[in-house]
Amino acid sequence: MVLFLVGCGFAVLSGVAALLVNGPRPARWIAAMGVWIGCGLASIPVVSALGGQAPQPLQWAWSMPGGSLSFALDGLSAFFCLPILFVSPLAALYGVGYLAGHTRSLKAVLFFYNVLVASMLLLVATRNGLLFLVVWEIMAISSFFLVIFDDEHAHVRRAGWTYLVATHIGTAALLAMFALLGAGADSLDFGVLAAVGRSPTMATVLFALAVIGFGSKAGFFPLHVWLPQAHPAAPSHVSALMSGVMIKTGIYGLLRVLTLLGAPSAGWGWALVVVGLMSGLLGIAFALAQNDIKRLLAYSSVENIGIITLGLGVGILGMSWEQPALVVLGFGGGLLHVLNHAMFKSLLFLGAGAVVHGTGIRDIDRLGGLMKRMRWTGLAFLVAAAAICGLPPFNGFVSEFLIYIAAFHGVRAASPETVVLAICILTGLALIGGLAAACFAKAFGMVFLGEPRSDHAGGAHEAGAAMRWPMAALAVACVAIGLLAPGAVRGVLPAVAVVAGGDPKAMLGPAAGAIRDLTGVVHVSAALLLVTAGLLLVRRLLPRGTQQTETGTWDCGFARPTPRMQYTASSFAQPLVDLFRTLLGTRKRGIAVRGFFPPRATFETDTPDAAHERLFVPLFRSIDRLVVPIRRMQHGRVHEYLLYIAATLVLLLLFWKAGIR
Amino acid sequence: MTSHLNWGLPLAAWLLSPVILGIINRVKAFFGGRKGPSLWQPYYDLFKLLRKGSVYSRSTSGILRAAPAVILACMAVCTAILPWGAFRAPVSFVGDVVLLAYLLGLARFATVLAALDTGSSFEGMGASREVQYAALAEPSFFLGMLVLVLHSGFQGLSGILSGVSANTGHGGNLLLLLVAGSWFVLLLTENSRIPIDDPNTHLELTMIHEVMVLDYSGPDLAYILYAAALKLWIFSTLIVNLIFPLHSLPWWSQIPTFLLGMALVAVLVGVVESILARLRLLQIPKILIGSATLSLIALIVKWMG
Repeated sequence: MVLFLVGCGFAVLSGVAALLVNGPRPARWIAAMGVWIGCGLASIPVVSALGGQAPQPLQWAWSMPGGSLSFALDGLSAFFCLPILFVSPLAALYGVGYLAGHTRSLKAVLFFYNVLVASMLLLVATRNGLLFLVVWEIMAISSFFLVIFDDEHAHVRRAGWTYLVATHIGTAALLAMFALLGAGADSLDFGVLAAVGRSPTMATVLFALAVIGFGSKAGFFPLHVWLPQAHPAAPSHVSALMSGVMIKTGIYGLLRVLTLLGAPSAGWGWALVVVGLMSGLLGIAFALAQNDIKRLLAYSSVENIGIITLGLGVGILGMSWEQPALVVLGFGGGLLHVLNHAMFKSLLFLGAGAVVHGTGIRDIDRLGGLMKRMRWTGLAFLVAAAAICGLPPFNGFVSEFLIYIAAFHGVRAASPETVVLAICILTGLALIGGLAAACFAKAFGMVFLGEPRSDHAGGAHEAGAAMRWPMAALAVACVAIGLLAPGAVRGVLPAVAVVAGGDPKAMLGPAAGAIRDLTGVVHVSAALLLVTAGLLLVRRLLPRGTQQTETGTWDCGFARPTPRMQYTASSFAQPLVDLFRTLLGTRKRGIAVRGFFPPRATFETDTPDAAHERLFVPLFRSIDRLVVPIRRMQHGRVHEYLLYIAATLVLLLLFWKAGIR
Repeated sequence: MTSHLNWGLPLAAWLLSPVILGIINRVKAFFGGRKGPSLWQPYYDLFKLLRKGSVYSRSTSGILRAAPAVILACMAVCTAILPWGAFRAPVSFVGDVVLLAYLLGLARFATVLAALDTGSSFEGMGASREVQYAALAEPSFFLGMLVLVLHSGFQGLSGILSGVSANTGHGGNLLLLLVAGSWFVLLLTENSRIPIDDPNTHLELTMIHEVMVLDYSGPDLAYILYAAALKLWIFSTLIVNLIFPLHSLPWWSQIPTFLLGMALVAVLVGVVESILARLRLLQIPKILIGSATLSLIALIVKWMG
């Protein structure tokens, strides 16, 4: 356990060293090496915890009331450490290449990146409410500074502000939650909090606060508003870390609090199922309507958080209905999707970063043809795109498969609620899957295939080696988890056991079926790869298999096709976007084509965030109107402020004298 | 039945699937008052294409070249999951239905990307329509499957379908017909037949699937055509297993009955294609949602008792 803390400390110290050292190049390497070594050190206790040898928990006294410096690694913590330990070093290495050429606020980014990594690791290991909140805040603040890296742009500052407000609304809910949790206990240590008996109403209030507090970090709809603003603003390796890893700390927090609340009620499970389906469907619908590649990816994170939450909801329902198969499949699927999403979403953000780096544009409608110019980035992005759509033989399929079979397993004609649950999961997941395929066919197809739609895209260059290798490693991980699926399910069982409150060995029984089915899936996936390779070989061995002629694309007889005549991302997504128009509220502007000799015509669409525009902007405006009168007290005259202080002091003294406490 | 013999099922699918296309064409020719091509014409076409060289667009990358193998591999692997009545599929495990749906999804993803690879606006249009209709069609497959699972318990596809055809005659027939109807709409959609799509038109603007493979030639086109035949075989197999009481027949008559059923589905597709006009594109989402509703009605009836 000490080794774990030393690892975190090493990451922070190397960040400080990067601040002090002269010159951008050594600073970049020192910071990245610090993350590698720090994560390497921390991974030793994590691996042994996953193997069943949990390190000795640490507990030191702390002068704060109710607080103690206590850390431990159980199955759940260790599992959530995995994406952090795998993605952070890779993204840091990528950052070395990505940040080359940047000098402005470079060292701040390096420092806060390392602080963010260390704070995420600490967060999943803390075992005290107060310490948890402090680390949570360090994580929020360090990521805020990473988001506002390009702070000379107004939209970046606005994104940072939105993020700061959103994360603090969450923190406020968490503060209230921990205060209520600690009522009647003399310490905020998790062990103590779990032992306190609570009424069902109290537990439900606590659960609701946890969903709001952690949901604003994880990106539950409609608390997701900061994601589509912050991710395009932050540097790409930071977006990868935030979207792939940091938002999962919200899921971790929710699960950890669940272990403190005692036996869950079915209502919580239903709530999470509804939240999950809403986030999933709306997230992917909004993603489909976006033109900015990083904004699209941010919305797709909302979708994947939805799938994870759906899995957790199924797990909770399984607990309250006492169906061990549902518990293992639901929690197992959700948790495995946490790991899988960390792999492919980080990879997608790194790929998008390489595109932005190589072309300087994020607008999908102006990209195209990059597959021939950026072959490695293209291949890695393709793997991640297929994985995020849940297609076999990649890892995304494995976790979605578990949730699907949970739906079928749970269904019993005799009990109406299981049928309703199955209908929700099956229609929801199938529709989400179909829309995700459309969304990522658009994202990959329009960016990497066809002909370049602008000169910037035509002059693209491949990313350097420091950026390519991390992408390759993540792509390999996507394939490996897909082909080693039964092992992945075994690996997730200790974490499921912590949440469901059982022995990991007892989980093996209900999981045995899933492991057997996934063995079947892996066999078919392997057969698929072999048959594909065989067909490619046969294709070459045919009489004229290698005889190829090159010509232009068939365009129905038109003689002079230009790249501008290609289908664009907007036109590709238009039918589906129109189908969901009441939800999306896509705005169309432009001058239509009129007459035989039309003058200049334009067309523009954008899809602003519905939750932001229709919920939060009006809400904050009305709050603003309420608090305006207070402004009269604020006029900048120092002597009046002194008067306020003196008056308050006198009042407090009077109260004290009168014995009112 | 030993597992080695069961490999005969996918083998038969690989050998016989082009005949389905031949039957459909003969039925259409009959309705058009023509004699029509031979039933074996699809085989001649495939062999002819396999012996040719290929033409590629300069705009394309490796995606277009790799896609046909991926698409055909998906279909070929899918046939190993499908049972024929009491003859279980060689590969069967709980949840293989989900894998079947996602393998079809992978094939579609590859087709769509290959279409976008050419940079043609026609193919982009087809790709855009394909992903839209696929997203709407997917739920209806799973809802139908849920009805069957309620009927025969959750197991591998072989178990689910054999449970269904063994239980017919207990008043469940009507439900199965509803599911079969819903899946028949899926068959027409997924295989780009009239009234959803037209496999014969040469007006690129109105097509969905055919327009996406405009730039293929030679062996690649052969792979694509063969994959299309296998896909039709896969969907027909599901429907035949659903509506024919194969299980209650003596073992020696099951295979002839199954093949007869496949031929009947092909005839039905041909008849639909001959007597209906293609729908306007804007109407297609409605018919897909209608198909999902059929399954949902079956589900509710099943659930109420």
